[in-house]
Amino acid sequence: MFKEIMKYRDLLFMLTFRDIRIRYKQAAMGFLWAIFMPIVAVAAGMIIKVAMARVAGREVEFLGIVSIAVKVLPWSFFISALRFAVQSLIGNANLVTKIFFPRAVLPLAAILACLFDFSIACVVLVVMLTLAKLGVSVYLFFVPLFIIMLFLLVSGMGLLLAAANLFYRDVKYVVEVILTFGIFFTPVLYEAKIFGKWEILLLLNPVGSILESINAAVVMKQMPDLFWLSYAGIMSVVVFFVGMHVFQKQEYKFAENI
Amino acid sequence: MNNAIEFNHVWKKFKKGEKFNSIRDAVPNLVRSLIQRKPESASLENQEFWALKDVSFHVNPGEVVGVIGPNGAGKSTILKLLSRIMLPNKGGMELNGRVSALIEVTAGFHPELTGRENVYLNGTILGMKRKEIDEKFQEILDFSGLEDFIDTPVKRYSSGMFSRLGFSVAAYVDPDILLVDEVLAVGDIGFQAKCAQKMRELLKSGTTIMLVSHQLALVQSLCKRVVLLHKGEVQKEGTPYEVIPFYENIILQRQEEELRKKLEKGDYKVKVKDETPAELSEVVCLNDQGEKKGSFQVHEPISLEIIYNAKKKVDRPIFTIEIVRGDGVVCCSSESRNDGCVLEQIEGEGKLKVRLGDLMLAPSVYWTRVTIWDKELVHPKRVKKA
Repeated sequence: MFKEIMKYRDLLFMLTFRDIRIRYKQAAMGFLWAIFMPIVAVAAGMIIKVAMARVAGREVEFLGIVSIAVKVLPWSFFISALRFAVQSLIGNANLVTKIFFPRAVLPLAAILACLFDFSIACVVLVVMLTLAKLGVSVYLFFVPLFIIMLFLLVSGMGLLLAAANLFYRDVKYVVEVILTFGIFFTPVLYEAKIFGKWEILLLLNPVGSILESINAAVVMKQMPDLFWLSYAGIMSVVVFFVGMHVFQKQEYKFAENI
Repeated sequence: MNNAIEFNHVWKKFKKGEKFNSIRDAVPNLVRSLIQRKPESASLENQEFWALKDVSFHVNPGEVVGVIGPNGAGKSTILKLLSRIMLPNKGGMELNGRVSALIEVTAGFHPELTGRENVYLNGTILGMKRKEIDEKFQEILDFSGLEDFIDTPVKRYSSGMFSRLGFSVAAYVDPDILLVDEVLAVGDIGFQAKCAQKMRELLKSGTTIMLVSHQLALVQSLCKRVVLLHKGEVQKEGTPYEVIPFYENIILQRQEEELRKKLEKGDYKVKVKDETPAELSEVVCLNDQGEKKGSFQVHEPISLEIIYNAKKKVDRPIFTIEIVRGDGVVCCSSESRNDGCVLEQIEGEGKLKVRLGDLMLAPSVYWTRVTIWDKELVHPKRVKKA
């Protein structure tokens, strides 16, 4: 299957390009949205953090705010990538029913397009953090690994759910609900350790453990928790291969059942 | 020697009616399949039907084979199976070489993207490499004749331009096996000629082509061999000179039946408000020997016998006879007055025999329309067919 996708990598690239292009077509601000959106997302996270600190009667910590900014972006990458991936097969129904190519390129292209937006957002974030004088550490070298893990995780889920959604449209509603409320069950706007012994429950969610690892490496400048890091890594790889496998097994039925 | 395409006893079924894609149906189905565990493709379940029944054929490398048949015969299903969009339920197939399908040439287009971007997008969807498109881009552009609009979003294109661009991309894929489904009829006459020319070029370069079309003339001119499909089965296979007339006959027969039904229902009777003074009671076609006949050979002389019933006296009535082809084209028309046949008056029952002779009509389905007019040609009295 990887061979097939490699053979069609030009198609994967073109579809990614298409998804990026059409997102900013005929918008007056065009590409600026890719920069503007993450700023809005980060600002929203900060406001919540400040508000929570006020309510609790504590001082607003600088690192707390920074950690929100650092975690909100991967999270929004995760939800948008999953959302687009789930819709990708149905959204391209005319291609699925009429032309042969490995169908996996459709969800993957949707995810890659979101990855592109995410990398722009990362550049913006890096500029912001440099201005805020956060400083660097060796643990930053871990960050690409976390992003790869997140990518594998969202790809596996995306492939699986896109295929499921093709057969049963119920899936997209379920996904939508989970993504909307997922932010409460994932340590994005708060830290997992404030839950004490329930922390484990939050970290069992691989997105949660990846986000916490990113936070540790970037903001806390310390070694991420190795146990949870490897857990998240294994989960990502497993989910990715399960997603690929199921997708491939169902692929031949797509054209008739869409 | 290996065949380019080999189709071995292929069966394919589809489901009629709406499929409910929801968990509500999925759960019982899952349970049922766990309990019964029967092979999926073995038999028909309710609402299913065979779109292809035991279809076998082969295509040699470099050969052009046409597939014809009425709508719903399974032609497109074959192409979809060949292009691997679907899998057969039973049977196998083998393809040797790079396959490209001109099935829906504009399917890969995105309206928001420009012509240039779409050429690249559609090209890669059809299996080309980006480098390949780089090389062929100018040719594609020249072929499409859309140089001035190539950087305009295709949503602003006219539908003709849209499909022209689509065909141009698809025509340059350079496959070993090309599957064509009714896409040659795009653009104006000039572009259509270009398309047919391109097909001939591909042919010369040794491309194997499988052509599905309703344009029988095109099939005849391009194909060496034709497969006739009917209701999912191969009905006939052979040279175009054997198969196409056979197919045309089937179509004509069906047309005749439909026409007959319609006429029997009286759809073609002219509705006249007033009490008609004269009526046609029967019109029959006869051959030279005076026998009633429904169908005639080409060049066989035809006579008509018209039986009328005039309740009142009609002065100098005019009879008109028209021969109308099934699709509504009037082929012959004759009016008794012009032919120097003047009837002084008619009253009561009467019979009129007209010898039409050899009408020199091409093979098709025809019907006759007979009308009695009064002398000023104001009131048609009655219409009937034979």
